[in-house]
Amino acid sequence: MSMETSSELAPRFGDFGGRYIPEVLVAAHEELEEAYIKARNDTTFNEELAELGRHYVGRPTPLYFAQRLTQEVGGARLWLKREDLAHTGAHKINNALGQALLAKRLDKPRIIAETGAGQHGVATATVCAMLGLECVVYMGTEDIRRQSLNVFRMKMLGAEVVPVDSGNCTLKDAINEAMRDWVTNVRTTHYLIGSAIGPHPFPTMVRDFQSVIGREARTQMLEQAGRLPEVAVACVGGGSNAIGLFHPFVEDPVRLIGVEAAGEGLSVPGRNAATLVAGSPGVLHGTHTYLLQDEAGQILETHSISAGLDYPGVGPEHSWLKTSGRAEYIAADDKEALAGFKRLTQSEGIIPALEPAHAIHAAVRLAEEVGEGGDILIGLSGRGDKDMHTVAEALGVTL
Amino acid sequence: MSKRLRARFAQTKREGRAAFVAYVMAGFPDPDHTVPLLLGLEEGGADVIELGIPFTDPLADGATIQHANEVAVSAGITFADCLEMVQEARAQGLSAPLVLMGYENPLLAYGEKQAAADAAAAGADGFIVVDLPPDEASTFRQACEEQDVSFVPLIAPTTAEKRMKTITSAANSFIYCVSVTGTTGQRAELPPSIGELVTTIRRYTELPIAVGFGVSTRDQVAEVGSVAEGVIVGSAIISAIEAGTVDGCVERVRSYVERVTGRSVDKS
Ligand SMILES: Cc1ncc(COP(=O)(O)O)c(C=O)c1O
Repeated sequence: MSMETSSELAPRFGDFGGRYIPEVLVAAHEELEEAYIKARNDTTFNEELAELGRHYVGRPTPLYFAQRLTQEVGGARLWLKREDLAHTGAHKINNALGQALLAKRLDKPRIIAETGAGQHGVATATVCAMLGLECVVYMGTEDIRRQSLNVFRMKMLGAEVVPVDSGNCTLKDAINEAMRDWVTNVRTTHYLIGSAIGPHPFPTMVRDFQSVIGREARTQMLEQAGRLPEVAVACVGGGSNAIGLFHPFVEDPVRLIGVEAAGEGLSVPGRNAATLVAGSPGVLHGTHTYLLQDEAGQILETHSISAGLDYPGVGPEHSWLKTSGRAEYIAADDKEALAGFKRLTQSEGIIPALEPAHAIHAAVRLAEEVGEGGDILIGLSGRGDKDMHTVAEALGVTL
Repeated sequence: MSKRLRARFAQTKREGRAAFVAYVMAGFPDPDHTVPLLLGLEEGGADVIELGIPFTDPLADGATIQHANEVAVSAGITFADCLEMVQEARAQGLSAPLVLMGYENPLLAYGEKQAAADAAAAGADGFIVVDLPPDEASTFRQACEEQDVSFVPLIAPTTAEKRMKTITSAANSFIYCVSVTGTTGQRAELPPSIGELVTTIRRYTELPIAVGFGVSTRDQVAEVGSVAEGVIVGSAIISAIEAGTVDGCVERVRSYVERVTGRSVDKS
């Protein structure tokens, strides 16, 4: 297996990352970093993770050649990395499983998490049920409204879902509340962050757990297409599925393109969530990274049709990939995401989540540019069952 | 100036009592009342004042101070506004040392060097930045040093002893000791281990130690004041501001401070 071994982890990606946290949490981060370094160098841990990956999550997930979509669009061949087929329906389980196993090693019986779309909450509640850990999930009331199915799933799985009614009532506010819980219960509790964000070592650790996506996809492209893709495309909320897909290709001649949520438009501050495209560097949730903020450093409200992309920050490694020029970041708006959603559903019989629907739209656009004979790898980070209500609402259909 | 802080702690030590450190949020309950509140705190007996810099995402704060942040952010109060308030309070005769307290991002947006320079010029004496542990603070600490404003580091109950030397050596006026593993906010009871924590910190520094988080009643102020050189009260003051009409907030806060510092007869 595959994670590089080392006795230290770099706390920063260029200028970005770091650990901007209240003193109360410093000890827990140091302890976590130490435990994670041990675990990643420990064959038993890696084997346990791989074994559960195979038999519990269903890895490797398939790489699917979207033939009809390719024909319809005309241009590069479009390949889907099917994280929608992972247990619980999204890539979030890869990270939840890794961190929960680590929490066991840390002897922390209580897990807290934040969730936006509910996918990370469901993944966390799922692994907690499987490992016998107590689970509390913080979720904004706006997200509870639009992702009610996932709320019920979490409850069935035995998790307590705590509504968060501050700020925008979405993901950022759920993270604030989870942090406050952690500040209070840090001795017994592990905060299982759901994306490649937060203080060191979270961005590195989450990226490592999600890199299984890119490692598999790289092998599968070589096997099935006979070569590497020209481009890898993924949606970026906090950036965990994207960094997981990108990371194993960083040394390859592959264009990496992250797609953020333009919401109702990039020109409307507060009504999009395109952090890397429209933001500037700052410090939020313990890390130095791109943020959507005003001139005084106040964090802006955000909007996206997809709850999972509705966040004013982004993982620090993406900030670095952007400023170093290694990856490109673009944005798709709500309408474009809906178009991507419909397109994949109707041409392939695969219903994507609204988050990766942003990436699908971007890939369709790129197909012409890359041209026939080229290959585009798309991270299909999750399935769309959870979004049927939102899509119906957007299309003016009453269910 | 760091000196003003050191002098005040030296004075309270000579007087054989702990310094009373009082927190208010700039722009709460509204921008017009901040300067009168600062003056009212001093009049009521506050030895040191902390002025909160509003931020949208105060993740180490409990409900009371969160709410104050929200109100101040909605009123559009920026770091630059905070400095104007300090300047105005000094012009109106505020003599207590004043420390600005908040989160890193508004300072970063303003520019860390500029923030330190303009704070010094406005008459502020130091900074407490909740999410900027000394490990990440090298630029800001240097900026503070150059301007002779004090960087006040925090120590928590979870802080390992091996970190204490690093943290205390980052200080030059006082140490902010967080009494509880938790967010800001009033608590019925304080952990009995505060004394121990202060004793441990004392092994690493001769600087005064001020204890905050959770302190609100007269008894708690006395209890903490018996083990530390400073007692910090925040949420209880915000609650006093909120406990009646806006017009009456300065008077309520003044009498609250008089009461808990024991400078007036307890009416409650
Ligand atoms: C299916 C799916 N994709 C993507 C995301 C966005 O998160 P990230 O950018 O960390 O992959 C989410 C978040 O909830 C999700 O559920």
